[in-house]
Amino acid sequence: MTTAVLQERTHYLNNGYGLKSWLLTKDHKRIAVLYFITISIFFALGGVFASLIRLELVTPAGDLVSSETYNKLFTMHGVIMVFFFLIPSVPATMGNFFLPMMIGARDLAFPKINLLSWYLLIAGGGFAIFAMMAGGVDTGWTFYTPYSTTYSNTYVIATALGIFIAGFSSILTGLNFIVTVHRMRAPGMTWFKMPLFVWANYATGVIQVLGTPVIAVTLVLVFCERVFHIGIFDPALGGDPVLFQHLFWFYSHPAVYIMVLPAMGVISELVSTFSRKPIFGYPFVAFSSVAIAVIGFLVWGHHLFVSGQSLYAGLVFSFLSYFVAIPSAIKVFNWTATLYKGSISYATPMLYAFGFIGLFTIGGLTGLFVAALGIDVHVTDTYFVIAHFHYVMVGGTVMAYLGGVHYWWPKMTGRMYPEGWAKLSALFIFVGFNLTFFPQFILGYLGMPRRYHAYPPEFQVLHVASTAGATVLAVGYILPAIYLAWSLRYGPVAGSNPWGATGLEWATPSPPPTHNFDRIPVVTHEAYDYTAVPQEVEVV
Amino acid sequence: MTEHIDSVKTYALVLIALLGLTVATTLVAFVDLGNFSVVVALAIAVTKMLLVALFFMHVRYSTRLTKLVIFGGLMWLAILLLLTLTDFLTRGWMGVPGK
Repeated sequence: MTTAVLQERTHYLNNGYGLKSWLLTKDHKRIAVLYFITISIFFALGGVFASLIRLELVTPAGDLVSSETYNKLFTMHGVIMVFFFLIPSVPATMGNFFLPMMIGARDLAFPKINLLSWYLLIAGGGFAIFAMMAGGVDTGWTFYTPYSTTYSNTYVIATALGIFIAGFSSILTGLNFIVTVHRMRAPGMTWFKMPLFVWANYATGVIQVLGTPVIAVTLVLVFCERVFHIGIFDPALGGDPVLFQHLFWFYSHPAVYIMVLPAMGVISELVSTFSRKPIFGYPFVAFSSVAIAVIGFLVWGHHLFVSGQSLYAGLVFSFLSYFVAIPSAIKVFNWTATLYKGSISYATPMLYAFGFIGLFTIGGLTGLFVAALGIDVHVTDTYFVIAHFHYVMVGGTVMAYLGGVHYWWPKMTGRMYPEGWAKLSALFIFVGFNLTFFPQFILGYLGMPRRYHAYPPEFQVLHVASTAGATVLAVGYILPAIYLAWSLRYGPVAGSNPWGATGLEWATPSPPPTHNFDRIPVVTHEAYDYTAVPQEVEVV
Repeated sequence: MTEHIDSVKTYALVLIALLGLTVATTLVAFVDLGNFSVVVALAIAVTKMLLVALFFMHVRYSTRLTKLVIFGGLMWLAILLLLTLTDFLTRGWMGVPGK
C-alpha cells in the first residue's frame, strides 16, 4: 500500500530520469545527491591511499613502496581527504539538502550558482586526479615552501590548480548559505527558532567566504614562484618561507572548523532528536558556532611554533589557541546536559553522536597539548599530531557525517536502512578508529616522526596495532556502502517522520517533492519543541 | 528596495579625482620621502579604494548589512596582516644563541 503511494507521488527523485535532468538540475536536493556520490568516490580513493600507508608501516623497513612513492601516498591521501572530502562533506551534502528545508525555503538563494559549485568541485577534482595519474605529488598536503616552489619534481602546479578551483566551489556554497539564511527564512522563522544545524552551517559559510580566498591567493603565489621564479617564499630569491606558512594556515586552520562546525550542527540535531529534548542552552550553542568561526581565525600561528616564527608571536598564538577551546567545550557540555533526564534511544545515528562526543573531546583536549609552546616542541611533526587531528577530523567530522547520513537517509531516499547492520558497522568504526589512532598518540609521544616509511623496530607493535585497527575501520566503512545501496531498493518504506523529529524537513513527505513545501510553512514554535510534533513514532 | 543612482556629474567628479590621485601617485614616486613615501602611496591608494567603493560600488547608499559585510572583509584582512606582523616585527627581539 505505502509502496504504491511512494511510486505514484511525484518527488524530487522521480521528477525526470535522464542524465540531463541530473546534470542540469537546479534542485538543491539533486545537487546534494550529486555531491554525495562525488565525495563518496573521493573518500574511497583517499581511503585506498590510507590503506597503502598503513600496509607499508606494518614492518620497520621501508619495503613495500619506495620513499618517493610513500611521500606521494601521504600527500595524495591528505589532499583528497581534506580538500575533496572533508571540506565539502557535511555542508555540500546535508547542508545543501536540508538547510533550505529546515528554514522553510523551496531552494537555496542561488540555485544555478549551487550547480556551478558542484561543477567546480568536479573540475578541481579532475586536475587533482590528473596529477595523480601523471605521477603524483610529494610535497605533503601542506605544500610547504621552498620545497614545493623550487625542489619538488612532481605535479605541484596541477594539484594546486585543482585545489584552487575546488576552493571556489567551497566559497560559492558558503555564500549561498549565508544569503539563504538571511533572505529566505519562512514567516515566523526567526534567528533563534532556527535549528542549530542551520546556525552551524551559517557560521561555516562565513569562514568559507572569508578564508578560502587567502589559500587561493597563496597557491597563485606558489605558482608565480615555481614558474616565473619571483622571490616570495624562497630565501634564495629574497623571499621568506615562513610567510607561506602564515598565509597557508590563515586558511587551513579555520578550514578545520569548516570541517567540524557543520558536523557539530549534525550532532545538535541528533542529540536533541534521540533524547527528545530541546538542546540545553540553545543560544549558547548557537553563538558558540559564531565564536568558533571568529576565534578560529586568530590561532593559525600555533602551526608555526618550531618553524622559525618569533617566540613572541608564538606566545600570542598559544594564548589565543586556548580561547578557541571554550566554545567547543560549551557545545560538548551542553550536549551532555541535554542528555540528562532525556528519553534516550540508541538508534544508529545516536550511536554516531555518542562516538562524536567522546572522540571529539579527546581530539579537542589533545589540541590543547599541542597548543602549549613547550609540549609542542616535543611532539611537533610526530604521530601525536597525526592522532590529534584524526581524532578531530575522523572521530569528529566523519562520525557526524555518517550519523547524519543515517539520520536523514529515510528523508533523502524514502527508505529505511537496516538497523542491525548499521549498528554493527557503527561499532566496527568506533573500535577500529580507536585501535588505529590511539596507538599513534603513544608512538608520537615516544618520538615516531610523521611522513617516514621506515622506523626503529621498537615501534613495530604499536604500528601493527594501528594497521589492524585500520582494517577493522575499513570494514566499518565498506558495510554502509553495501547496506545503504541495498536499502535503496529493498529497505522498508519510511514515513515522513520516522524519528519523531521536530525540524521542518520532517514536515514534508519522504522523499520530498521538488519544491519541498506545497505551502510555505508559518513557524510558531521554538526549535526542538517536541510538544508540537505528532508522536506516532516507532523508536528503534 | 529602490536603488540610488548618482548624477553623471558625481561620477565624473569621482573619475577626475581618481585620475588626479593616480597622477599624484606617479609624481610622489619621483620625490624621495624616505620611509614616508610608502605611507603616502598607501594613503592615496586607500583614498582611491574608498572612492570606488562608496560611489562606483554604491556602498554609500547600501543597507547596513552590506556595510557590515564590507567592514568584516576589511577586518579579516587586518587580522591577517596584524597577526602576521607580530611574527615579522618581533623576530629580531631575541638574539641568536652563540652569536
